[in-house]
Amino acid sequence: MLAVASGGGHWEQLMMLRPAFAAHDIRYATTDPAVAQRHGIEGAAILPDCNQHTPIKALACALAAMLLVLRIRPHVVISTGAAPGFLCILAGRLVGARTLFVDSIANADELSLCGRLSKRLAHTCLTQWEHLAGDAGPSYRGALL
Amino acid sequence: MILVTVGMQLGFDRLIRAMDALAPQLGMPVVAQTGNGTFRPLNMDIRDRIAPDEFEALAGQARLVVSHAGIGTVLTAQRCGTPVVLMPRRAGRREHRNDHQLATVKALEGRPGIFVAMDETHLPERIEQGLALIEWSPGRSGTAENLVASVAQFVETGRL
Repeated sequence: MLAVASGGGHWEQLMMLRPAFAAHDIRYATTDPAVAQRHGIEGAAILPDCNQHTPIKALACALAAMLLVLRIRPHVVISTGAAPGFLCILAGRLVGARTLFVDSIANADELSLCGRLSKRLAHTCLTQWEHLAGDAGPSYRGALL
Repeated sequence: MILVTVGMQLGFDRLIRAMDALAPQLGMPVVAQTGNGTFRPLNMDIRDRIAPDEFEALAGQARLVVSHAGIGTVLTAQRCGTPVVLMPRRAGRREHRNDHQLATVKALEGRPGIFVAMDETHLPERIEQGLALIEWSPGRSGTAENLVASVAQFVETGRL
């Protein structure tokens, strides 16, 4: 499986989900090599950082995500955001992976843009705020803080 | 020592300016990670960037962390048992793309070890409150285990 998160809060939250991946053959991907090292993870793939306001970087990231996914062929792709993680989820869908997006605990009022896109484009989208959950998604199963 | 941070993505001159003005009165060293900010402080030990290992060590040593309202810093401060004062970036001041930091602080305000300064005028008071905090421990999420279990279930079965 592939677990992806941008450096910073997104990555911190992914690390708190690590027990869920324990028994599995897992590759990590992030935007900052130093954060993976900090948690003792070797061989993390590094993706270019991007967001909705940096279309050229987003294109570069989408390409990198596609190449990564084609190389490792994950059965499951999970991301806690942000855009690079979401792009890996899209790439994952193209190779038939099951995909899960977990919206950051930071988004207490509304889902992030990637969260909103994941409602439709990932198999499952989770919010960490119960009042944001809905029948059409996202689902709520608890919060990390 | 007080650790000031603006996160890994954008500068936050408003916070750095305010902390630079307060630093001489705080009676202890102030280390400030300034990121891509343009304002150059005079009264703080400046770092553009602090590697995660070192940041964790500094957060553990600090009496207080003063930060933009980024979840990464909140999680680190809570893990290290260090109180944190959060000041939200505002979209209207072009400090971030949207106001989700405002939503974050409203949701986290009042939790053990977390203080919110809505703007720089509230910083002195919150810093005093943060430094005065002695017997405390970070709250634990009662639902975190359930979330981890649900994610594990998804990894196993493709369903929550």
